[in-house]
Amino acid sequence: MSIDQSTAAKVAKLARIKVEDDALPALASEFNTILGFIEQLNEVDVDGVEPMTSVTPQRLKRREDVVNDGSQQDKVLANAPDAREGFFAVPKVVE
Amino acid sequence: MSDLNKLGLAEARDLLRKGETNSVELTESCLKAIDAADALNAFVHKTPEIALERAKAADARIATGDAPAMCGLPIGIKDLFCTKGVDSQAASRILKGFKPEYESTVSQNLVDAGAVMLGKLNMDEFAMGSSNETSVYGNVVSPWRREGDTAELTPGGSSGGSASAVAADLCLAATGTDTGGSIRQPAAFTGITGIKPTYGRCSRWGVVAFASSLDQAGPMTKNVRDAAIMLEAMCSHDPKDSTSADLAVPNFEAMLTGDIKGKKIGIPKEYRMDGMPGEIEKLWSDGAEMLKAAGAEIVDISLPHTKYALPAYYVIAPAEASSNLARYDGVRYGHRATLAQGDGITEMYEKTRAEGFGPEVQRRVMIGTYVLSAGFYDAYYNRARRVRTLIKKDFEDVFAAGIDAILTPATPSAAFGLGEMTDADPVQMYLNDVFTVTVNLAGLPGIAVPAGVDKQGLPLGLQLIGRPWEEGDLLNTAYALEDAAGFVAKPAKWW
Repeated sequence: MSIDQSTAAKVAKLARIKVEDDALPALASEFNTILGFIEQLNEVDVDGVEPMTSVTPQRLKRREDVVNDGSQQDKVLANAPDAREGFFAVPKVVE
Repeated sequence: MSDLNKLGLAEARDLLRKGETNSVELTESCLKAIDAADALNAFVHKTPEIALERAKAADARIATGDAPAMCGLPIGIKDLFCTKGVDSQAASRILKGFKPEYESTVSQNLVDAGAVMLGKLNMDEFAMGSSNETSVYGNVVSPWRREGDTAELTPGGSSGGSASAVAADLCLAATGTDTGGSIRQPAAFTGITGIKPTYGRCSRWGVVAFASSLDQAGPMTKNVRDAAIMLEAMCSHDPKDSTSADLAVPNFEAMLTGDIKGKKIGIPKEYRMDGMPGEIEKLWSDGAEMLKAAGAEIVDISLPHTKYALPAYYVIAPAEASSNLARYDGVRYGHRATLAQGDGITEMYEKTRAEGFGPEVQRRVMIGTYVLSAGFYDAYYNRARRVRTLIKKDFEDVFAAGIDAILTPATPSAAFGLGEMTDADPVQMYLNDVFTVTVNLAGLPGIAVPAGVDKQGLPLGLQLIGRPWEEGDLLNTAYALEDAAGFVAKPAKWW
């Protein structure tokens, strides 16, 4: 599997990272190096092997479905780059 | 008393309990050492006010006879841990200015145990790196130098600031985190001890996430006894981390008897890599001899899927990272790019993330995005998770056959120079983790112990891998190895 520039551009778009056009060839080449390394995995016989979901066999704990905190609006917004009137502010999303 | 910063945790604790020093003195000694060591670039957010306040509180606590293990002991905290009201930015530009409103469970456990935070330690950005050259704060420099040479060396990564600070005696110990070797590789490069516990021992809550199924916190210390003391203080069951183990935390220090008679130590043949330096090979066989002389039985074992651990890791870790790092969107915290007229929310995301993430983080997020994307999920991600199952099974098989611990080199070489790997492709850098990454994939505890020096005078470490949840037994084997290796070298002060 080889990644061309248009695939690299598509991946950057999916990852929501702006990559200038002139940086795409180098990026595609790095991807190919890494993917080439990863492709060793094709040598392994994985027939009938379950994909790992949890490294330690454990059942996730449950807790009571109750409100146990809240009323922390100031704390939640304290680190926001743009917070107004008790909300996170972002560029216009809906016309 | 002079040079209190050179003490380890156990020594300092014992002096505190005897009243021969106090926490304020200890803390001031470390703060002085930190201020004189800016050339190492290890401490990136210093917190002397917090340190002295906690030191005074610790002294008061000790005076009342209430002195838990870490009470009054000054330590450094890796920048990956959220610390309330103190900059916590995972060495990334995208979290510049982020001051959490909460404290991570591990650092809170240390506060509760009386430990004194001296400041935040440099690291690779989002813990992605093996040389501490991807940090927004700049490189960390190792206190070690090659004999007769002034070239700056890497302390390893990603917990490079922690390693450099402990090796240079800027603090008594430090926290680290380990996703593929980020505690053990820098510990080995700087001649200190570092343990990654079993996955689930330390809560991940409040630790900036990289790859959640692999990330574990652990201590980086001056010796094995200190690692036992600090690990116990860091571990707990935490309802806020759904993968945190609801198991009692043993008194690890009490398990350090040094008696390893009859223990079976496995030597995995697959770790003997082509082109392995002779010095590493010798260190490894010397280590096996030492354990044998201490009464252990040395057994040749096979972990057949070892070769596939690194490629599996470079699917799974970036996949989880791409998902975890999706939260850095310029909305809730950290950096937001300045937008041009007409830019909408998509441009805000794209510009923010392009400006906020460094090249290695961008690379890994995009690789992760690719292996998770429609059409490739099965071929890459699911295949890697199947291989992970096989890697874990390799270990289960040898443990089922009676092996108590596995001895390997910690790293394929001694520390390299900063900048020496710049022209290498990313995969060359990834090979640093070849001996450590299997342990994360299998969720096992692993410890790096300094065991010798190379011909240029640089430290080399050995790794011991233990059974799940048996950190106490693993620490005891490491204690016996430490005793036999008698590693005492320290970096000559140049900074």
